[in-house]
Amino acid sequence: MLIKVPAKSSCNENQVTDEKIYQQRRSLLKSMGFMGAASSLSSSHVNAFDLFGSDDKTFVTQALDFKPAANYRSTEQQTPESKVISHNNFYEFGTAKSDPQANAQGFKVDPWSLTINGLVEKPLTLDYADLFKKVALEERIYRLRCVEAWSMVIPWVGFSLAELIKQSQPLSGAQYVAFETLYDPKQMPGQKSRWTGGGIDYPYVEGLRIDEAMHPLAFLAVGLYGKTLPPQNGAPIRLVVPWKYGFKSIKSITRIRLTAQKPPTTWNILAPNEYGFYANVNPEVDHPRWSQASERRITKGGLFDLSRNPTQMFNGYSEVAPLYAGLDLKRNY
Amino acid sequence: MKNKLNNSHILALKVFIHLGALLPFIYTCYQAVTDQLGADPVEALIHFTGISAFNLLLLSLLVSPLAKRLRQGLLLKVRRLLGLYAFTYALSHLLCYVVFELQLDWSLVLSEIIKRPYITVGFAALLILFALTLTSTQAAQRKLKGTWQSLHNWVYVAVLLGALHFIWSVKLDIIEPLIYWAMTLTLLYWRKDKLMAAIKRWKIKQKKTLA
Repeated sequence: MLIKVPAKSSCNENQVTDEKIYQQRRSLLKSMGFMGAASSLSSSHVNAFDLFGSDDKTFVTQALDFKPAANYRSTEQQTPESKVISHNNFYEFGTAKSDPQANAQGFKVDPWSLTINGLVEKPLTLDYADLFKKVALEERIYRLRCVEAWSMVIPWVGFSLAELIKQSQPLSGAQYVAFETLYDPKQMPGQKSRWTGGGIDYPYVEGLRIDEAMHPLAFLAVGLYGKTLPPQNGAPIRLVVPWKYGFKSIKSITRIRLTAQKPPTTWNILAPNEYGFYANVNPEVDHPRWSQASERRITKGGLFDLSRNPTQMFNGYSEVAPLYAGLDLKRNY
Repeated sequence: MKNKLNNSHILALKVFIHLGALLPFIYTCYQAVTDQLGADPVEALIHFTGISAFNLLLLSLLVSPLAKRLRQGLLLKVRRLLGLYAFTYALSHLLCYVVFELQLDWSLVLSEIIKRPYITVGFAALLILFALTLTSTQAAQRKLKGTWQSLHNWVYVAVLLGALHFIWSVKLDIIEPLIYWAMTLTLLYWRKDKLMAAIKRWKIKQKKTLA
């Protein structure tokens, strides 16, 4: 009888690294670099009265395969990744700008389900993997203008919203597109408690007119700076409508519905005199409590490196102007 | 009495107030300049100076009820210092807004102060604190005699305007401003007799001028 004595140095079957993990090693290395940056950032985040550090776990993002878009490039100075992922309005994770990064790191994006239904020939359901392969990914550099009068320049990875909607074959009666964020109070502290979530009636909902949604500029992002989205930026998939104020660009979408009726939109419900359905960036129409004529661009550097720029009509994306021919944009803000 | 504060206690308390007001200010400014104050140092700095001004103003209003309850008359000696720091922070709050948020666009500064109610009331509160700062010396107190007290009663108007400014400025999250309203109203409630008497005097004066 042969008795096999394995060498001390040899490995057992159960010690073999799972292929999936092995394949992820590059992105793991990358994300460790990213984690390093994030942790040095969060430690520098602490202000004079902040006695408690933030969470220690960090959401792991993965490198994406994409092509740079032929159009939609920009020579403007980009907002550093560290600022894009640490300065977020995502009330599902708390109302302060730093809350989403602090509270969303344990957010689960896989499995995910995104349905496209309503007035369509072919309702679709995308799972997590589909989000990255249903339509070829490209990178576009867009300006983001927040209704609070600050702005960023961000390289998004994703695809045209129109491409996805076309696959569902819209019916002729479809006039609007309604979007809905995930509703999961277990994962989203702002949905669990009115105190944390600013008193919003969740889930967060947004909407576009069908011609706005089909405009090539309207974008569904699954990544930024070449990697999958961090949760605070709306992982795994979010809308980016660069000619409208940031709150239109709904995050962590689970439902897209084509409708005949104008859908309700969250900020419009909260304060109809301050936030309209259109919410097009418009320097001529002030927010009732502050001017929209100019904006503070967030780039790198401290207090003295900030610039204030005049705000451009449609955030500089004048190609959308024909969508609103004949519409009074002062009344339809 | 053993438990009475003496002048050296007050001196120590004053040193503590100086450090407590100055060190966070210097540290936060350093963080802002070196880009360590989050993605938007301007917003962070404006919020820090505003909330600190409010904290110091509330602390200054806490002094006399505390002195009365604890029977520590000498405590009143730190009140002016707290008030002066409240003004200093409130002034830097405005300066941060003008210099870093609006970046010295003076026509915008002017139109925002006039057009935006929450900025108007905040500015009014700052003007009151400015008047109180100018008349905070003992010389001014002697010169103004009885008027000094009625002038300095305006601090109650200032704190109410400050609370209004705060709750008006937020987009949605009114919990923090509501907590500050509660603290403000508590401090004013402790003075209800004094406030009612002042209002009564003012009403009588109005009647006299009318007659």
